[in-house]
Amino acid sequence: MSKSANDVVITGVGIVTCYGVGKEPHVALLSAAEAAPPRVDTERFRPYPVHPMPEIDWSQQIAKRGDQRQMENWQRLGVFAAGLALDDAGLKDDAEACASMDMIVAAGGGERDIKVDSLIVDEALKRNDREVLLNEKLTTELRPTLFLAQLSNLLAGNISIVHKVTGSSRTFMGEEAAGISAVETAFHRIKSGQSTHSLVGGAFVAERADIILLVEGIRAHATGAWHPLWQRSADNGGGMIMGSVGAFLVLESRAHAEGRGAHVYATVDAVEGDRGSRDEGKLEQRLDRLAGLAANADPSETLVLSGASGLADPSARERNVLRQKFAGATLRGYGGVTGHAMEAQFPLGLALAALALDGGLRVPSFDSSIEQPMAVPAKRAVVTTVGYTRGEGLAVLSPEA
Amino acid sequence: MSDNRFKDHLGRPLIAVTGMGVITSLGQGLEDNWAALTSGTSGIHRITRFPTEGLSTRISGTVDFIAVPVDNAVERSYAFARETTTEALAQAGVSGDFEGPLFLAAPPVEPEWSARFSLADRAPPSQTEGDAYDRFLAAMRERPDPAFLEAVQFGSISERLSDRFGTRGLPVTLSTACASGATAIQLGVEAIRQGRTDRSLVVATDGSVSAEALIRFSLLSALSTQNDPPEKASKPFSKDRDGFVIAEGAATLVLESLESAVARGARVLGILKGCGEKADHFHRTRSSPDGGPAIATIRAALEDAGMDESGIGYINAHGTSTPENDKMEYGSMLAVFGERLKDIPVSSNKSMIGHTLTAAGAVEAVFSIQTMLTGTLPPTINYVNPDPAIVLDVVPDTKRDQQVHAVLSNSFGFGGQNASLVMTLEPA
Repeated sequence: MSKSANDVVITGVGIVTCYGVGKEPHVALLSAAEAAPPRVDTERFRPYPVHPMPEIDWSQQIAKRGDQRQMENWQRLGVFAAGLALDDAGLKDDAEACASMDMIVAAGGGERDIKVDSLIVDEALKRNDREVLLNEKLTTELRPTLFLAQLSNLLAGNISIVHKVTGSSRTFMGEEAAGISAVETAFHRIKSGQSTHSLVGGAFVAERADIILLVEGIRAHATGAWHPLWQRSADNGGGMIMGSVGAFLVLESRAHAEGRGAHVYATVDAVEGDRGSRDEGKLEQRLDRLAGLAANADPSETLVLSGASGLADPSARERNVLRQKFAGATLRGYGGVTGHAMEAQFPLGLALAALALDGGLRVPSFDSSIEQPMAVPAKRAVVTTVGYTRGEGLAVLSPEA
Repeated sequence: MSDNRFKDHLGRPLIAVTGMGVITSLGQGLEDNWAALTSGTSGIHRITRFPTEGLSTRISGTVDFIAVPVDNAVERSYAFARETTTEALAQAGVSGDFEGPLFLAAPPVEPEWSARFSLADRAPPSQTEGDAYDRFLAAMRERPDPAFLEAVQFGSISERLSDRFGTRGLPVTLSTACASGATAIQLGVEAIRQGRTDRSLVVATDGSVSAEALIRFSLLSALSTQNDPPEKASKPFSKDRDGFVIAEGAATLVLESLESAVARGARVLGILKGCGEKADHFHRTRSSPDGGPAIATIRAALEDAGMDESGIGYINAHGTSTPENDKMEYGSMLAVFGERLKDIPVSSNKSMIGHTLTAAGAVEAVFSIQTMLTGTLPPTINYVNPDPAIVLDVVPDTKRDQQVHAVLSNSFGFGGQNASLVMTLEPA
């Protein structure tokens, strides 16, 4: 593809998963002859396995203790990963660039105070006037600042405070679709000249009983031991294993990136999201259409990074479509080893694609029962995310050459 | 061949508003709302949704007259949005599938306490202190509850709106706190300017008032505690203002390229001329004392509209009635408009409808367009004791007949969120 000034390029990658902090451990994961087994915590939320956060020295990206204290882990992880992306793009200390930088954060909600919630329901079991009790307890037990740690748009708010990113600040919500829309919106804004440089991404903390509870409403989460992504079944719960992830990208117009001599990891050629009923093959029809974004790619040089959640039915259906549309391409289900990162899942896929394309990496199989060895480095990457209940997205990326 | 009548000063498509719908505590529909708003009626009342004993704030602008199948924030927010969208599409003369993108400002949601209580009722007994969620999870494994999940999914409101109104692509659900409604409009405008669509459906809704929501804002000292009488509590720009009144509502705007609106013979209600935004890094809940980001936001909206400050005839203020917002907003407007500010009418709809939070920016945009369409400025009520440090023509207490051609509407929120819109009656 020929280059043009309004190409949307990735110039910064900020990534935290159970494999570690920053690019290095993830390049190691993506370039190993054999994939290192993921870290899984099967005890803390037993029977639910989760991929935990790695050891993080928060002060590397959140200098002030006061700022760290104002947040819980979800916001900390996002602010930290955003800082990594800015650092990586060489923009962290560029006050002017940060002050004019646009930002779209894909966010869920912050941590509940499990102790306070427990205290209230325990007390309520003994009383008939539950609503009155609620007023008493919430008024006296809630920490005033916890509200701010829970508010969805305060992840972006804290990024503004800590990293001084203030060109604009928008928070998208809605599970996986939030991450898809965030990338899609930033892409079109840059493409059309409405934005020159944008910080886009999200964070998700899997190590939360309050979050596991939500997806257990439909018994979506896997139970027991970790299994490779494509081998999960109803024998072990719903199949989804969540992972704590922070994933942010700096997206720029090519003109803006080249103007400052930035390193370009990859070009985002196309991105699109969709949704709708999944009955009667409609999911397949939509994925089929989205896959058309990568129609001209040579399968033998294509890396398909699937963000399949592991939830048995949609994951199998997605794999079927990918197998047909990208026959001969290399398939890797990245959520199998990082865990499913909900709002951050799609940005995580783009971050991994950028690293793989930029490094010319031959990505090892994450599930050898299905995923074949990769013969040559990819000239094209396709990133998918199919939401565990709704929403689908697909992006196509090319290396800089 | 492109027609200059349909392009703005930068050669971008002009954006028309062709349909509007609104719900607030004053009632359902633009007609009823406008009649109440221009007669200086307050929708603020004592809370009946939940007991308020022991709470320092016992009033709000909840919307209690729209039937919902289950009493929770998602059902209420969806029902309000469904009603305002039906109204807006009817006005726009759009029937059948909308065939354009949906931008939805919606409140962050969490499980209702009633849902936690019922989980606790069917869960095994406590083993150790603080193990409620372990027990909830055991109960959920025993018997999954899809309705519980659906009531806490951030994507479930846009899902239903998309299905019902036939919007295209993946809808955006967003939150920029109290600026959300304005941000949704901005996204709708941007999509048309990008040439991705001829029309955008913009919806902002908030049905999230609950005991916990109220208490959280109370703990931050953000709410008025002047409970008696409720309708006098919200008094923007008054000396004795002591906080905002939490409220609910929704609004829908059908945005179209002017060219496509004219081509299909739609009535053009107004033009969305410019949008501005600028984030603030000063504090999580407080604005920069110098108003820098708010000033930059207003200026950005004017610049985007291709206008200077002399073009604005009326300002629909954020005007929350908190001591801090009204002072900061005044300072920011003064910095932009200078000496002329005292001659520009500035009113706050929140004096009557309270602060509809996520919906506010869109609700107030609808009222801004209606202000121009009717040549009537809605008043700021409860303006008995003016703040001497804020010298504004707030259209005190009684509506005013005055035709204006360009309106500025401001929205500012927690998390450093600032957004302003410039709307005009005519394209040029």
